[in-house]
Amino acid sequence: MALPREGGPSLFAGPIAGTLRLVMYLAIALVVMVLDHRNGWMYHARYTASVLVEPLYRLAGLPSRSLHALTVAFADRSLLTEQNRELRQDLLLANAKLSRMAEVARQNTHLRELLDTQHSLDINVQLARVIGVDLGAFRHRLTINLGANQGVRAGQPVIDAHGLLGQVVNVLPNTAEVMLVTNPDHAVPVTIERTGLRTVAYGSQDEGLLTLPEIPGAADVRAGDRLLTSGLGGRFPAGFPVGTVIGAGTSNGMFLQASARPAADIDRADEVLLLHDLADPVGPPGPAPQIGPPAELAPPPAAASSGGHAARPMPAASVAPAASAGSVRP
Amino acid sequence: MSGMRHGGLYLAGTLVLSLLLMLLPLPSGLEPLKPYWPALVLIYWALESTDRISLGLAFSIGMIADLISGVLLGEQALRLTALVFIVLRIRPRLRFFRMWQQVLAVAALLLNDRLILLVVRLFAGEAVPPLIWWGAPLVGAALWPFLFLLLDDLRSRLRIQ
Repeated sequence: MALPREGGPSLFAGPIAGTLRLVMYLAIALVVMVLDHRNGWMYHARYTASVLVEPLYRLAGLPSRSLHALTVAFADRSLLTEQNRELRQDLLLANAKLSRMAEVARQNTHLRELLDTQHSLDINVQLARVIGVDLGAFRHRLTINLGANQGVRAGQPVIDAHGLLGQVVNVLPNTAEVMLVTNPDHAVPVTIERTGLRTVAYGSQDEGLLTLPEIPGAADVRAGDRLLTSGLGGRFPAGFPVGTVIGAGTSNGMFLQASARPAADIDRADEVLLLHDLADPVGPPGPAPQIGPPAELAPPPAAASSGGHAARPMPAASVAPAASAGSVRP
Repeated sequence: MSGMRHGGLYLAGTLVLSLLLMLLPLPSGLEPLKPYWPALVLIYWALESTDRISLGLAFSIGMIADLISGVLLGEQALRLTALVFIVLRIRPRLRFFRMWQQVLAVAALLLNDRLILLVVRLFAGEAVPPLIWWGAPLVGAALWPFLFLLLDDLRSRLRIQ
């Protein structure tokens, strides 16, 4: 390490040692990257390092917070009055709608009780603030001020007043990272409200849009169709607005492709809601646990090989469905 | 002795500040144009005081930056190590460049850095970023003279070697 880098006693020692060290560091970086990409143990490293990282987030988020506070502090009085008036009107409108909806919701609950299902229209949410931190351009991620200590888990859906915003991907003790629906790595199962067609909305390569590349060729999709979460896949509860179709019809072989504008206010999200009751897992039940008659009832191995073949599968089959039905709701 | 320690503090301060600037959000239109601050600050230090900057330091700063931004561990470590290596290599010439020549050199360095980043991201299976993404190195190079003069001025005021 003490070798001179340039102008040292030897003509070649410096550059060669430097190059060797470069190669060493690059190799370490490559190994770390590959390991991280394969195993994702970066997450554990970050969780451990959060003592260092979280204060930095808070610090870096300060300017945008204070800018926000300043705009409120120095805002024109008439502007604030105007805003207040608009908000009151909105509240009035929303309340009127709500009171109408309350009756429908009551009916709905009643009917659902009759049908003996356990879906409910109540949502259990937690308000979170967005920390103004930039984690790299085109990452389509947000940082929020709640974390594992506040009960946030990876996979929780995040919404704002207008619709689905994304889902929690990384959780640190006091902050969490939200992957936005516009992230190209993100997919949401949706239905088209008008036709009931089920498809999947991915984040688009274009800035801030969604793309639906897997619409059957004969399907009826028009600009202006609203997309709702379908609840399939068990990650997002059904019925939240996801976006509005803005263009459809560019065909690629077998499928129609449509693009949509997200319903949530992605750029201006300041406060978001974390959904707490996750959707009921819909789909095939989980694998049946290995349940059979108690081990002490099993015949000794020598006897089992001769006589126990016909009798053993029976009790296992009769126990398995009940056990799996119980394990669906953890 | 104390000058040396102050120098270390100043170096650490500028590096932490560059990491904070990296995290600082910009309006969504300007976001892709945000210069890569840690690289700029590391270039400055690699030019001005070689005895403080080593490949190991660049590597560790990159690792910290990776931990903070939480993308792919090792990505920025790779980029910053390569960058500092090149700067240390061409330092004798770079130091006596005129300012506009330095700006061009910094632009080339940052473009090279973006190229490495692009290769890494493509290998990691990510999308190709839009064209405006290539504007960030140019913005960074355009800011270079100001950053250089500011850091130099502060350094001479604080009487740090």
